[in-house]
Amino acid sequence: MVAAMPDCQASVDDFVTKLRRRQVEGSQNTAKQTAELLRLVISNQRLPNVGQAAVLIDVVKTVGLRMIAANPIELAVGNIVRRILHIIREEDVSLTSPAVPGVSVESDDDESDTKSSYSAAAVAAANRSALRAPSLHNLLESIPDPVKAPEAPAASVADSESRSRSGDRNSVSWKLKHNVIEGISELLQDLENYHSQVAEQAIEHIHQNEVILTLGRSRSLLQFLLEAKKKRSFQVVIAEGAPKYQGHILSKELAEKGLQTTVITDSAIFAMISRVNMVIVGAHAVMANGGVLAPVGMHMVALAARRHAVPFVVLAGVHKLCPQYPHNPYTLLNDMKSPAEIVDFGELSDCLDVGTGGQSTYVVNPTFDYIPPELVSLFITDTGGHNPSYVYRLIAEYYSPEDYVLQ
Amino acid sequence: MAKKGGKPSLLPLVPDDIEVHVPLQALLLADSFTTKFRPITLEKPKVLLPLVNVPLIDYTLEWLASAGVEECFVFCCAHAAQVTSHLTKAKWRSQPNFAVTPIESHDCVSAGDALRLIEQRGVIRGDFVLVSGDTVSNMSLKEVVKEHQERRKKDKLAVMTMVVKRAKPSPSTYQTRLGNDELLLAIDPQSKQLLHYDPGRESGGRDNHQHQSNQRHVKLERSALNDRPSVQLCTNLQDCHIDICSPEVLTLFTDNFDYQQIRRDFVRGLLSDEIMGNKIFTYEIGREYAARVENLRAYDVVSQDVIHRWTYPMVPDIPFGADTSGMRFERCNVYKATGISLSRTSTVGENSVVGQGTEIGEGTSIRRSVIGRGCRIGKNVSIEGCHIWDNVTIEDDAQLKYSIVCDGAAVKAGAILKPGVVLSFKVVIGPKFIVPAYSKISMMPQPTEEDSSDEELEYADAASGRAESPRSPFLEDGDSRNGSAAEDEEEVDESGNWDPDEVGETGAGYRWSIRDGTQEEDWRHSVAPIPAEKIRELVAAEEEGETEEADNDIGAAARDTPAGPGVEDEEELSGDEDDDFEKEVEGTFLRLAEGVSGVQQEHVVIEVNSLKLAYNKTFADCAGAMFKALMSLALGLPYTSAKELLANTKDVVIKWGSLLQKFLKGSDDEHEILLTFEEVCLESHKEFAPLFSQILQEMYDKDIISEDAIMAWAKEKQDADDNDKVFVKQSEPFIQWLKEAPEEDDDDEDE
Repeated sequence: MVAAMPDCQASVDDFVTKLRRRQVEGSQNTAKQTAELLRLVISNQRLPNVGQAAVLIDVVKTVGLRMIAANPIELAVGNIVRRILHIIREEDVSLTSPAVPGVSVESDDDESDTKSSYSAAAVAAANRSALRAPSLHNLLESIPDPVKAPEAPAASVADSESRSRSGDRNSVSWKLKHNVIEGISELLQDLENYHSQVAEQAIEHIHQNEVILTLGRSRSLLQFLLEAKKKRSFQVVIAEGAPKYQGHILSKELAEKGLQTTVITDSAIFAMISRVNMVIVGAHAVMANGGVLAPVGMHMVALAARRHAVPFVVLAGVHKLCPQYPHNPYTLLNDMKSPAEIVDFGELSDCLDVGTGGQSTYVVNPTFDYIPPELVSLFITDTGGHNPSYVYRLIAEYYSPEDYVLQ
Repeated sequence: MAKKGGKPSLLPLVPDDIEVHVPLQALLLADSFTTKFRPITLEKPKVLLPLVNVPLIDYTLEWLASAGVEECFVFCCAHAAQVTSHLTKAKWRSQPNFAVTPIESHDCVSAGDALRLIEQRGVIRGDFVLVSGDTVSNMSLKEVVKEHQERRKKDKLAVMTMVVKRAKPSPSTYQTRLGNDELLLAIDPQSKQLLHYDPGRESGGRDNHQHQSNQRHVKLERSALNDRPSVQLCTNLQDCHIDICSPEVLTLFTDNFDYQQIRRDFVRGLLSDEIMGNKIFTYEIGREYAARVENLRAYDVVSQDVIHRWTYPMVPDIPFGADTSGMRFERCNVYKATGISLSRTSTVGENSVVGQGTEIGEGTSIRRSVIGRGCRIGKNVSIEGCHIWDNVTIEDDAQLKYSIVCDGAAVKAGAILKPGVVLSFKVVIGPKFIVPAYSKISMMPQPTEEDSSDEELEYADAASGRAESPRSPFLEDGDSRNGSAAEDEEEVDESGNWDPDEVGETGAGYRWSIRDGTQEEDWRHSVAPIPAEKIRELVAAEEEGETEEADNDIGAAARDTPAGPGVEDEEELSGDEDDDFEKEVEGTFLRLAEGVSGVQQEHVVIEVNSLKLAYNKTFADCAGAMFKALMSLALGLPYTSAKELLANTKDVVIKWGSLLQKFLKGSDDEHEILLTFEEVCLESHKEFAPLFSQILQEMYDKDIISEDAIMAWAKEKQDADDNDKVFVKQSEPFIQWLKEAPEEDDDDEDE
C-alpha cells in the first residue's frame, strides 16, 4: 500500500473527522468534497514508472475506505470513490492499449473539433449524455468509431503535455495522472450542474394545472419546480416532513417565487393523494435494485401514490446511484439520530429509562425510509429519465464491477 | 492549522483569515475532587472510567473538538500519569485542529486550587470553556460563546455564562436521574442573569444532612429585586456544569483563595458579593444534550442516554476517541461489536452493548447492560442493568443485577450480585457466594483515616497506592492479582488471606464497610434502581413540601418587600427572624438590668448594634425591640394595682431612658417606638393599655419621644379605624395640651 503525501494526509484526516462527526451534510456537498479531496490525493501522489494505475487505485482505495468507514450511511462518498476508481481504470485501458493500432479512443476526433482534449472520461461523458434519449440510433452513432481515424497522433492532445516531453515513458506516466485529474474535474462539473440538468427536464413532466405532491425539501426538487413554473402554472402540495420540517422551508421558497403551495402534515398524505396528479420527491440514494433511500416518511407517500395510481417520480443525480443492494435497510442503511429532534428532553426526562427500573419510554428517530423499486415510477437523473429496472444498466455505465465491493 | 473548523470550506487548504483569530480555549478538569466513585477511583481516575466502553474523557474531548474548541488544557491531578498516557494513546495530542495540552499537578485538592494554578501558568488568553472531564454533551458551543462575548462587550462584569438544561420538574426526576436534589435557580427572565443558586442538600456538603429538602426557604437579596420587573424561580432546570468564563474568573479564584468548589464557593460567592458586582448569566440549551457524570446513578442514567442516542453523534456505533472499531447497531438499541461470539441460545435484550471479543455462553440472557471487551460470560448467566467492563469473567449460572464490575474482575459459578454492588478491579467473588446489595468490594483496603470533608479527593490515597493500574484491556494478568494489589497495604500479608465472609471461598477483595452517614446515600447514588418505597417517600415529601412552601411564600414575599421603616404591618408579617432578634435584644438588656457583673450600658449598646447588623435591622427596629424589653422588665416587677405598675414603668423609663435614646436617631425612630408601644398594649401586655397616655407623657417628659413624633403619630392615626384610634383618643388631652402650648418650656409642667 502506498501512503499518500503527508500534506494531503492532513486534509484527508480533517475530512474523515468531519464525516465522522456528521458535520458534512447533503449528498451533493459530500460528493463534491470527496471528489475534490481525491483529486488532491491523486495529484499529490508520486507515481512509479510501471504499474501506475495500480498505485493510483491502491491509494484511492485506501483513502476511500477510510472515508466510507467514517460515515457508512452517506453513500455518496462510496459512490464517488468508485466513480474515480472507474475513471482510473478506463484511462489506464485507453493509455496502455494504443499499442494496438486504432483502438485509441483519443484519436476519435470526428465528434467535435472544438474539444481540445479527448480523454476516455470525456468520451464516456459524451456517451452518457447520449443516454438521455436512448434510441438505438444514438447509441450506435456515439460509440467512438475506431476505424474512422486510425492514424491520429496520440500526442495531439494539449499544450500542457509538451512540458513533459522529456521522455516518452515519462509523458505517458504523466498523462495518466493528467487524464484522471481531468476526468475528476469533469465529474465535479457534472455534480455542479446536476441540479440544472435535472431541472431542464421539468417541462416534459409537469403539465398545466397539475397538482404535485412532495415531502420534505431538496435542492433539485426546488429547482425542478421553479423551472417548470417558468412555462406552466400548477399547484404544489407539500407534506412538512417531520421531524426536520423542511417542507415548511420549501413552501416559503416556492411561495416567494409565486408558486401556489399547500402545506399539509405528513399524516394527511393519504387524505390528499387522491387530488394529486404526480408525486415528485428527492432522494438520498438509489440502490442497485432501483430501490430508494429517502427521508423518513417517504415510504408512506410511495404507498399512497401506488394505492391511488399516482406516478411516483424520484429526482436523483447520478452521484446518488449506488452499486450496492439494500440488505437490511432498516439498520445498516439508516441513520438513527438523536431523539431530541422529535421530542424535547425536558418533556420526557421523568419517564425515560431512569433509576426506577420500571418500564419507560423509548424514542426512535430514523432518518431514512427504504422504498422498494416496485413503488417507483420514474427516476429523473441528470442523464434523463429512467425506469427502476434500468438502474442496473446505469450502474454498469458508471462503475467497474471490480469496485462494487471495496476492500 | 489555526483554521476554524466550523467553516464549511471545501478543503482546508488555504487558511486565509487575515484578522487576528483568537482560538477558543477550553479548560478541562480531569479530576472531580470528590470520592463518589470510590473504590474504583483509587486505582483509576474517574475520567478514564468507561462509559459504554469509551472513557469518559473521550466524550468530553470529542465534544469540545467537534464544537470548534481549538485549544484544550487538561488539568490532571489524581493519577495524572494515567490521564496523560491516555491522551497520547488515544491520539488526542496529535489532532490537527485541536491542541490538547495536559497540565499536571500533585498538590491540588480542589477545583479552586486547579484554577489558581492555571492562572499562574498564564495559558488562558481569552474567554474559555470550563468543563469537567466527565461531561457528556453534544451541544454546539458557537451560540453560547457568541452570546457570552457579546454580553461582555457591553458589560465587563458579566464574567460567566452557565449552561442549563430544562428537565421535567417531577418530584422524583432529580433523584432518579442524576441522584441530586432539586436545583433552585432564580433568574431574571429578561437578561437571563442568575440571581440565586441553591443546589439543595448538596450545598453544604455532607454535614448538611439534616437539612430537609422540603423545608427550603428562598432568601433573595433585596437588591436582586430592585429594578427588575420580574424574577423567575426555576426548579425545572438542570445545571450542565458547562461554563463559559472570562479570564477574570481565574483572577477571582486567585483573589479569593478560600474558594474551593466552582458551584458551592465561586458561584454563590459571586452572587452574594455585591461590591464587585460581577454577574453570572445562564444559557438554556434546547434540543441538545448535556449532563455530567457526578455519581454512579448519573453514570447509569447517562449510559442509557448514550445507548438511546440522545448524545448523537457520540453513540456506540460511531467510533471516536481511542476506539476505532465501531459497532453494529441493531433494532431496539442493541449494539454488537465485530468479532463477538454469541451462542445460539443466548439472548441480548434491548438497550444493550456487547464489546469486541466477548464470548457469551449458552442460555445466557443480557438485558439493559453494557458488556466490555474481551469478557468471558458462561452459561445460563443472567445479567440485568449491569455495567461490565473489560476482561471480566463471569462463570456459569451467575446472576448479576444492577451492578458495576470493573476490569479484570471475576464472578465464579453460581455467585449472585444483588443490586447496587460495585466490584472494583480484579476482585474475585467465590462460587455460590451472595454479595449483599450496595456492597463495594475492592482489592484496595478501605482507607482508614476518616476524612469526611468534601475536599477529600481520589488522589490523596492514590499517591500512597499504586500509580499504575491495570490498563491493558486485552491482557489477562490474573496472576499478579493478589500480589500487586496488596503490596503497599499495611495489614495485608500475602495473597489468599481474604475473608470468605466478604467475598466467598476462593474469592479476593475487601468489602468496604459502610460508614455512618453514607447509609442513606447508598440507594441515592448507586446504579441500582431506587426502591419503590423510597420513591414514594420522595414524592410524599415533595407534596408535603409543596403545601408548606405555599405558606412560606407569603413570609418570603413579605420579607422581600422593600418595607420602609414606617409601615406598620411589617412586624406582624415577618417571621421567626424578628422574634429572634427581639429575644436577643431583650436578653441583652435584661443582663444589664439584672446587674450581671461587668455588663455596662455601653456594652449593651455595642451588642445591640452588632445584632442590628447581624439581623440586618434598622435603628427603629432596635429601638422598638429595646422598648419592648423595657416594658417587659417593668411588667416583671411586682405590682398590685395599675398605679403601682405605672410607678414601676416610670422608674424603668427614667432609669433606662438614656439607653433607649441611643437608638433614637430621628423622629421616625420615635414614631416607631410609639407604634411598638401601641402593639405592646394591644397584644402582648394588655396591662399597659389603660396607662398608655400616662406612660406616653412620661416618655415625653424624659425627652425620649419628641413632640414632633407624637404629632405625626396622632396625625397618621386620624384616618385610621376606630379600634386603631383607641390610644389616640386616650391621649387626646395630652395631645391637645401639646398643641395648645407650643414652644413652651418643658421644665415645669406637672399634671
